[in-house]
Amino acid sequence: MSDRKIYADATAALEGILKDGMTLMSGGFGLCGIPETLIDAVKASGVKGLTVISNNAGVDGIGLGVLLESKQISTMISSYVGENKMFAEQYLNGDLEVVFTPQGTLSEQIRAGGAGIPAFFTKTGVGTLVAEGKEVRNFDGEDYVMERGLTADVALVHAYMADKEGNLVFRKTARNFNPMMATAGRITVAEVEHLVEPGEIDPDHIVVPGIYVQRIVHVPNPVKHIEQRTTRPRKQVA
Amino acid sequence: MAWTREQMAQRAAQELEDGFYVNLGIGIPTLVSNYIPEGMEIQLQSENGMLGMGPFPYEGEEDADLINAGKQTVTELPTTSYFSNADSFAMIRGGHINLSILGAMQVAQNGDLANWMIPGKMVKGMGGAMDLVAGVKKVIVVMEHTAKGDPKLLKSCNLPLTGKGVVDMVITDMAVFEFDKSGETPRMKLIELADGVALEDVKAATEAEFEVAV
Repeated sequence: MSDRKIYADATAALEGILKDGMTLMSGGFGLCGIPETLIDAVKASGVKGLTVISNNAGVDGIGLGVLLESKQISTMISSYVGENKMFAEQYLNGDLEVVFTPQGTLSEQIRAGGAGIPAFFTKTGVGTLVAEGKEVRNFDGEDYVMERGLTADVALVHAYMADKEGNLVFRKTARNFNPMMATAGRITVAEVEHLVEPGEIDPDHIVVPGIYVQRIVHVPNPVKHIEQRTTRPRKQVA
Repeated sequence: MAWTREQMAQRAAQELEDGFYVNLGIGIPTLVSNYIPEGMEIQLQSENGMLGMGPFPYEGEEDADLINAGKQTVTELPTTSYFSNADSFAMIRGGHINLSILGAMQVAQNGDLANWMIPGKMVKGMGGAMDLVAGVKKVIVVMEHTAKGDPKLLKSCNLPLTGKGVVDMVITDMAVFEFDKSGETPRMKLIELADGVALEDVKAATEAEFEVAV
């Protein structure tokens, strides 16, 4: 197996594919399973006017928060963005446009986009602000709103493990938006914690087939962040 | 006298049934997991992409890759499965989840729910709430009966809606209401008073019109 999909570092993995005004997808839920090293490399590239599709917007100083800080994002398509002071500021003063999208609609838009489906109907959001200006159609006595599929110029994803073909495996809830985004990027770049030879991952366990992954960067032992550290007391031994 | 947050959660737990798949929102709804009756099998769904959610981890055992939809660290169980967010909402939208318990800012007498935005204030987003109320078989709202003395149970919501006619039951610190959806428009019915709360107290604290069936 050649190393044609393997890049030495995040900067090399993004070489030649970033441009001002492009649409970027970024995987993760909160700070869980975000392609943090790639996001930092996007910042370093200085590319601006980005439309970013991501469930959340990071926090100040971590994840997409760094791209907000540097004002490289002009539009966010997200379901929830509560954890970010920088975000609030830019949103309230009009520097940042936000398209609030119900979480399940967002993930289905991305899944549909990757699967070549330009639009679909969902009952989510019927009769709310979300449905304004969109086609509503009645099926079997119930109203549904039409939502468009979403694709991106580049999708940035995080995976637990990849082989050199780009077959991806995820760990626990760090899977979240990463598999759909991998399918919806015209170029998908994966940052992976473990990189192995083809054949080392049981083909039955592969979640994202390598056809969706064009570039891979190996980031061993990444720092992972916890937003809400919740614990329970250990049972006291009498 | 009225119910505490714990008592409200305890009352909501009475709506659980053996074998239910349940999604719990943030706040009081989360407390419901403390009152699952002994011997009852309930699988909790976390919409980021997990079914069979366990309790918070012991200190020192937190895993950054294992969080719930509130971004809190949780644990897995022998029944746990992980899946993508699209699969998670297929489960929700497809009507496979039996029960969703969530908070609200306002509920109207026709079952409309508002819980995601206050115009003029910083909007954080709806997260998965619109999908949950549209797709889950039964939707229970658990909330304080009033906000700073103002009724939250209204004739119609004046905040932007999360869902239209989606609420099946409301549990507040003062009472329990059910929505009868057999007719053209849902009808709100008072079915239970909290300990030490009189019907007159509930009427005084409620703008919505409701039938009394206690």
